[in-house]
Order: sequence, then C-alpha cells, then structure tokens
Amino acid sequence: MATDDYRWERFDRRRRLGRFVAVLVAAVVVLGSWEFMDISVTRPETIPREIGDLLTRMYPPDVAYTTEIVGPLIETIHIAALGTVGALVLSLPVALIAAENTTPNAATFWLGKLIVTVSRSVNTIIWALFFVVVFGSGPLAGAVAIAFRSVGFLGKLLGEEIEEIDFGQVEAIRASGASPTQILLYGVLPQVKPALVGLSIYRWDINIRDSTVLGFVGAGGIGVQLFRAVNAFAWQSVAMVLLVILGVVVVTESLSAYTRGLVR
Amino acid sequence: MATGERTWERPTVFRRREIKWAVYAGIVGFFLWSGWGVGADPARIAQGLGSLTSLLGDFFPPTATPRQATRIFEKMLESVAMAMVSTVTGIVLSIPIAFMAAENLSPKPLYALNRGFISISRAFNAIIIAIIAVKAIGFGPLAGIITITFKTVGFFSKLLAEDLEDIDMGSVDAVRAAGASPIQTLLYGVVPQIIPRFAGLSVYRWDINIRTSTIIGIVGAGGIGSVLLTAFNRYDYQYVTAILLAIVAVVLVAEGVSAVVRRRYQ
Repeated sequence: MATDDYRWERFDRRRRLGRFVAVLVAAVVVLGSWEFMDISVTRPETIPREIGDLLTRMYPPDVAYTTEIVGPLIETIHIAALGTVGALVLSLPVALIAAENTTPNAATFWLGKLIVTVSRSVNTIIWALFFVVVFGSGPLAGAVAIAFRSVGFLGKLLGEEIEEIDFGQVEAIRASGASPTQILLYGVLPQVKPALVGLSIYRWDINIRDSTVLGFVGAGGIGVQLFRAVNAFAWQSVAMVLLVILGVVVVTESLSAYTRGLVR
Repeated sequence: MATGERTWERPTVFRRREIKWAVYAGIVGFFLWSGWGVGADPARIAQGLGSLTSLLGDFFPPTATPRQATRIFEKMLESVAMAMVSTVTGIVLSIPIAFMAAENLSPKPLYALNRGFISISRAFNAIIIAIIAVKAIGFGPLAGIITITFKTVGFFSKLLAEDLEDIDMGSVDAVRAAGASPIQTLLYGVVPQIIPRFAGLSVYRWDINIRTSTIIGIVGAGGIGSVLLTAFNRYDYQYVTAILLAIVAVVLVAEGVSAVVRRRYQ
C-alpha cells in the first residue's frame, strides 16, 4: 500500500495561519509597547548591576531598627483585622442581593453586581487615597479602605456560594412560618457558614499583605516606616522592614492555610 | 428508657465548649483592641461620614479638559504597554524557574532555592517592589517593568511548577525510553502536557498585570497612577473621578478578554 505520502499534521492550513497571525500580532504589540515607552535612554544591561549594588547596600539588615518597627507592625495587623470585619459586615447584604436565588428583583441583582465590580476594580491603594481625604491620614482610613476593597471579593465569592445552596431547606423553614430574617438565619446561613469562615480568613491573609503598603499614601501601618527608610536611602533599615514583612506574611499564610483546613 | 433528658448538640471543630467560647472571646477582644488601636471611635467615623456627602459633590461629575483627557489616554497607554512587555519578560523568566521549582523534575537544593525565591516575590506587594525599583534605577516605566516582571515570576512559576508536579510521568518515561536526550524529554514529554494551562495562566497574569500597572505610578514607576496621585494632591477631585473611570474601564476590558480566552483553553 502506498501510505508513504500520508503525513499526520496537528493543524490544518487555516488554523496554522491563524496561529501564525496571532503570534505575529502579539510580537508586534510587545515590540510596539517597548518602543512606545521610549526607555532606550537607560541601557538595559545596567539593570543587573544596579540591582546587585542595591542588594550589597542592604546587607546586613539593621537589627537595631526593629524597635521602631514593632509599633507600626501591630498597627498593620489591626488595620487588616478591622478591615476584614468591616468587609464581612458590609458584604453580607451585598452577597445576598448579588446571588440570583436570594435577590429580591432584577434591579437589586444588578446593583449587587455593580458594587462587586467597582470594589474589585479599584485597588486598595486608590481606596486609601480616597479615604485619607475623608477621614484624614491615619490607620482608620486604611482600615476603611481595606474594608471597601474586600467587599467585592467577599460579596462575589459568597454570592456564588449562596447560589449553590439547597433551596429545599430554605422552603422548609419558610413553610414552618419563619420571617425573612429567620429564613436567612436558619435556612441560608448554616449552609454557607463554612464558606463564610474560610473566605474571611483567606481575605484576611490577603489584607495583611495589602495593608503593608497603605503607609505610602498616609493610611498608617508599617508602610510609613518603609517609606521613610527608603526616602532616607537607609537601605539596611529597609532590608530589616522587608524581612519583618516577609516573616509576618509567611506566618499569616500558614495560619490561614491551617484554619481553612479546619473548617473545610 | 429515660430518653427525656437527652439533647442533641451540634458538633463543633473545637474539642470542648469552653475552648470554643474562649476562642470566640479572644477573637472579639482582639477586634476591640484593633478598633482602639486604629482610633475608630464613633464620633470620628460619624464626622467622616458627614463630610463624605459633601465630598461626593466634589468628586462628581467627572470632568477632564481636552488636555487632561489626552494625558489620561497617553498615560493609560503607557500602563498597558508596561503590562504587555512585563507579561512577556515575566513569563520567559518564569519557565526555567518553574522547572527548577517542580519537585519531580528538580534536585532538592535547587528546588528549595527556587521555592524561596517564589515566596519572596509573592510576599511583597507590587508597590513595595516598585518603590525600591524606582530608587534603584530612577522614575519611569522601566522601574514598572521590573516590578511587574518580578511579581509575575513569583505567581507564574508557582502555579506552573504545581502543574508540572501533576503531570503524567508515564509519558515522560516513555519519551526517555525511546532514547531522547534530557532536552528532548522536556520538549516532547513534559511541554505538551502543560501547554493548555500555560496559555490560560499567561492570559490570567496579563489581566492582573494590567491592574497592577495602573497603580504603581503612585510611587513613580510609570503609568496612569502618577496622574492619579498628582490630581489627588492638587485637590482636583473631578479629574480624579475621570481617571478612576478610565482605570475601571480598562480593568473591565482586560478582565473580559482574559475570561473569554481562558474559556477557550479549558
């Protein structure tokens, strides 16, 4: 049999052409972006040297600086905790109206979606800029910023959990003559409680990371100390602050993973 | 049988009820301490909320003069360009790191070293990296590219390494048994198994990078963030709202594109 001229090919000609065009477009966009930014004045080959230089200046970390970090660090942890609680309180109604099966009508459903979207697309640091204007600089603005940023995350994921609950239980509670509040308390809440706890802890973990930078715009926490050290070119102090942040984040992450393992 | 006295209690994760209440009390106590620590007294909150309504009047309606609109457009392009370039550089750098950070493909010391690097990259917020990059190499988009590349490497190599750990080693062994060199084993045994996830992850990270590139300008690393901070500092709040709307729009478009592309690969 003359099977010699058969060849197996993964893609036919049209798809190959399509892939080629896609790669070409991507390459042009990336090269065009590089040209657009006009950064050829700085020679790229100096970057590794600059960074190496920075690292040698950071070593060894200034251990004596630790005493000045402890206060702001505790403040950071407070901001994250309070922001998470605030977000939890605010996100419960948002989640209820953003879930298709518990929202009263189409208008409230879209309102819920809108709140979720706006909260998620505006970064914590931008929320912080805004709330520094409202509350004045300090950790309170930071905590409120963290809360507003987290509402979208919690509202979205909690809403998805609510959409997946067993509605039979809710109807059973309603059939026994419960008021709307009681239906929420005994029909909906028990079914989403594990997810509620897990998501809150997960968000708290993220919030600890986020709250380390709030100080750059005057919203309190360890970022203030870091900003000050960087502006003074006190690289050894900077290294110390970075080490402390790394430690806290690692501890938070393992604590969060452990607790989420318990509720799952 | 005396069943009248038996009651049912919901099981909890805690071993004893006393422990449960102690934990709850501890948590509540901590939050009270937090509230006191950040100075969240009701009077101050009420005062803030009171000024909020008049402030919202300052923020709305969003306005931008033609010159300001051009400025938003140009700086937004810079943000998107930064995200484009650093997604590519980040992914290229991630590939070797991901292979070295996969437990089944890499020797132990190399594995530990690369995992450590990934943890460091993930622990620090982009703004922290940006502020250091700006001090090291100066203001502008180059610092932004370095920042986003660094953050991309941590994210991308972690998830790619986890995918590499999940691959079917049988097909890798088959390729090796056919007499392939180590490079050929990677190319024909490992790579085809992770290509779909790789594409999905790239687009997802590109989406995150667009978001990041819109804010790191706040510390001077290029992009729209610098315009936002200047507008805030000049109390030009209606211009601020216009910039925020532009950011939200770009973020939503990126999110939509990313969602569509990822659905095609799943």
